[in-house]
Amino acid sequence: MFIWIIKRDLLLAVRRQSDVLTTLFFFIIVVSLFPLSVGPEMNLLRAMAPGIVWVAALLASMLSLGRMFSNDYMDGTLEQMLLSPQSLSLLVLGKALAHWLVTGIPLVLMAPVLGIQYDLPVDALAILTFSLLLGTPVLSLIGAIGAALTLGLRGGGVLVSLLVLPLYIPILIFGAGAVEANMAGVEFDAHLSLIGAFLLVSMVFAPWAAASSLRVSLE
Amino acid sequence: MLQGINLVCVRGDRELFQDVNFSLEAGGLMQVRGPNGSGKTSLLRMICGLSQPAAGDILWNGQTIRELENDYYAAVTYIGHLSGTKDDLTVLENLQISSALAGTEISIDRAYEALHFIGLKGREALPAKVLSQGQRRRVALARLLVCNTPLWILDEPLVALDVMAVKLIQDILEKHLRNGGMAVLTTHQEIKISAASILELQLA
Repeated sequence: MFIWIIKRDLLLAVRRQSDVLTTLFFFIIVVSLFPLSVGPEMNLLRAMAPGIVWVAALLASMLSLGRMFSNDYMDGTLEQMLLSPQSLSLLVLGKALAHWLVTGIPLVLMAPVLGIQYDLPVDALAILTFSLLLGTPVLSLIGAIGAALTLGLRGGGVLVSLLVLPLYIPILIFGAGAVEANMAGVEFDAHLSLIGAFLLVSMVFAPWAAASSLRVSLE
Repeated sequence: MLQGINLVCVRGDRELFQDVNFSLEAGGLMQVRGPNGSGKTSLLRMICGLSQPAAGDILWNGQTIRELENDYYAAVTYIGHLSGTKDDLTVLENLQISSALAGTEISIDRAYEALHFIGLKGREALPAKVLSQGQRRRVALARLLVCNTPLWILDEPLVALDVMAVKLIQDILEKHLRNGGMAVLTTHQEIKISAASILELQLA
């Protein structure tokens, strides 16, 4: 069933490409606005780059969170999922993974290209991309909890940002920190290890928490 | 065997019903009746395990469904007001995926067969968004043909269906009951189903 849910969500994303493209273009535009407004001051741009790319990734990933469960909720598919004899946590993990494949991966692929606008050196670009590759799945997993909690609420979109953004802060700090450490010439392994640890912990706990919130939301 | 014991349903401050008791044996049909707002859907969602009763208990073969969880869900097929069809998927994909999520993976041939039987021949490759309300309902009900669960819980299954389809659903239900299945349903239409035992539950 895990495979089916991923297949289904990817199929839906392919049929409805506008949803995927909005997220990606939002990311591209936000990241590109800063060099245009700050001007060609290389040192300043280089210093700002990791933070800006990461903040834009957080916002872009959050933009699509509302849709993670709400479409399934409105057409009754979510009810059926709750009544599935397989583990609901596994199903949520599948949905979070599909969300990451659809919104996270394009950001990761786009990041090195956008980083060039900030005159980042090649190894900093590589670390930025790698930190996003490790960090964006955590965004989808934590986001799943927020999306499940705010399901069916009016103004859920605003509420989900208030709930989820504070939880994103550690990822932001260590993700941007890894790139800054590399540019400052110090060790950056610890930052990436910590993001990896966040990923493992959230893979275990986030699906379970989101599954419990879904049961409450649908009652 | 499905039993409800002293079920109470509270929505907000209002008590929808209290002390609802029933017992449904294999081959039995329970029809829940009552005016709009009397808690029919709430009762059905409770029996599915989607919501918890404010008091009382629901037993499946003598065990409370809260503890059975997945073992109970494996025995239940629920078709609610919302049809659970995805607009962007084709009719065939909808049936295949919803069956897989419900725990029974079916072959393409089996899916075609079920869709033909339910009267959607030639519509298999259409996206569900172009279907009429009644056709969507048929897509959802096609799941009854491919599932092998003993307990069916159907909330207004006949809404939006034409005369032919109503007849079809009655036949499917009768066959299910003859084979020892159980069904709980609500409907405002008169239906003629012969079953080993027919229970009418009137909600105030």
